[in-house]
Amino acid sequence: MGHFVIFACTDPQTLSGLSWLTCYLTTGKHLAFYGAFGTVLLLLAVTAPAAMAFGFGGAMAARSRILPLSWLGRGYIAIVRGVPDIAFFLFFVIALDQGIEYLRHKIKCPDWDEPLRQGSDFIVCQAAKMPLGNSPQWIHEAYGFSLAVLTFAIVFGAFSANVLYGAMRAVPHAQLETAEAYGMSPRQTFWRVLVPQMWVYALPGLGNLWMVLIKATPLLFLLGVEDIVYWARELGGAKTPRFTDFPHPDWRMWYFLALLVFYLCFTRVSEIVLDRIMRRLTRGQATAGGEAQRKALT
Amino acid sequence: MSCWETVQAYGLRSLGIGERLLPRNDFTLCEQFTLIGSGMIWNVYFGLFALVSGFMLATALAVAKANPNPWLRKPAEWFIFIFRGSPLFIQFFFGYFLFLSLKSVHPFFDAFTSAWLGALVVLFFNTSAYSAEIFYGALHSIPKGDTEAADAYGMSGWPRFKRVIWPTMLRLAWPAYTNEAIFLFHATTLVFFTGFPALQQRGDALYYASYFADKTFNPFVPYPILAMYFIMLTLVIIGVFGLINRRLNKHLPQNQIRKIRLRPNLIR
Repeated sequence: MGHFVIFACTDPQTLSGLSWLTCYLTTGKHLAFYGAFGTVLLLLAVTAPAAMAFGFGGAMAARSRILPLSWLGRGYIAIVRGVPDIAFFLFFVIALDQGIEYLRHKIKCPDWDEPLRQGSDFIVCQAAKMPLGNSPQWIHEAYGFSLAVLTFAIVFGAFSANVLYGAMRAVPHAQLETAEAYGMSPRQTFWRVLVPQMWVYALPGLGNLWMVLIKATPLLFLLGVEDIVYWARELGGAKTPRFTDFPHPDWRMWYFLALLVFYLCFTRVSEIVLDRIMRRLTRGQATAGGEAQRKALT
Repeated sequence: MSCWETVQAYGLRSLGIGERLLPRNDFTLCEQFTLIGSGMIWNVYFGLFALVSGFMLATALAVAKANPNPWLRKPAEWFIFIFRGSPLFIQFFFGYFLFLSLKSVHPFFDAFTSAWLGALVVLFFNTSAYSAEIFYGALHSIPKGDTEAADAYGMSGWPRFKRVIWPTMLRLAWPAYTNEAIFLFHATTLVFFTGFPALQQRGDALYYASYFADKTFNPFVPYPILAMYFIMLTLVIIGVFGLINRRLNKHLPQNQIRKIRLRPNLIR
């Protein structure tokens, strides 16, 4: 059967109905489209821990007793609140790119004397270009993707810093005072008492952030990555028989409907899983949720 | 061109009034401030109209979702789930291509393929779903005493809803609803980055900001300008909603009024 399908697909004009659709949905471009779903999952897998790290750093800085560091942490948390997030996405992608090239330029071409900004251009020496002009295509793509990941991590780091900062403040103060009374240094109090206890308070917020992160993944398109939105536009557009074996009218609506359904399923599954985790974590806790569970059992 | 002349030429550019050609080189700070500010007209337009119209649908949806009758409850639940469970970015794309397909069926849908109506419809549905969820939560936390008091006075049906349940619901939901409003205005920046075309380069604030960033290859000027405008807009929203919050809680002692706290929890 498999051989038959492959054989039949070589001459699509003769096909109709379901076999046409099977052949159509397995063209090389469609396989790239399915691969792009992998890109989205990869982005999530890399960004979530990176954003947590940024967030933890930000929350620690905001709590710091060194004033400038505390300002920096608070500023980082505050800045994303007032401004649309896609403005940040668009800003950071160019800013990071230029920042990296600027640093490489300073290191690799110290004796360059022309100004970097000439009118409307940003010019660095050849050796400082990122990625290098002669590097293969996959390096360009990987570089673009890493910039996107870093951008996501910075923006979502600020969100998670806010959640973690709140969670750190929600830990009962008596716990910290007790630790101090036992003679622990501030550093020990932080790592041994505060951090292990804060997760219960942080989890609802972090779960919410995860949902937000899922819904932010289509913005990859704006950062110039060939993601599912890119392919849906590309594949859905009307095709004439002159350029393709599979001509069809404008199907972009159906492609985006498929994406809509994909995201709905994804968020629904996440909701169910997060719900389970939350139920598992509240078991036996001295919170309202834990109390409700105890009552339900008896 | 002096700065005042620039303002005259480009102040209403986003509506198609004034100079036709956008500046192409030697961009001045004044031009960037003026054009990005001009684009803000669209952001305010989308946000304001979606918010006001969405408020009514959201109330209806919340009441429907709280209704025991499954014929009312299920559609409301599905509506809210669909619009809250998927990215707004994809909703815009889908909406635009849906309207494009409908346009070939009936000329009635012509206007829906342009941003001023089509994107507004998508935003209207989206904010309705998010606000409905907030209102639904508030409906659930109305103190039992309030409804019991209404019953004791012999109120039922519409007067009970209008005089007791609805005001209490609004009062409880208001801090969360303020956040919804802020993030709705932020979400309006997505419009011209999805399918909806910016006819004759009449775009919103982010459209012009990215235009400048692309032309000058320098993101460090236009985006901070955009950020400044949006922070100002956010402050205005907080101010207005704060006033309404005070009005809603007029009968309570001053120290019991819940402060509106900003929570950054929504990208859509």
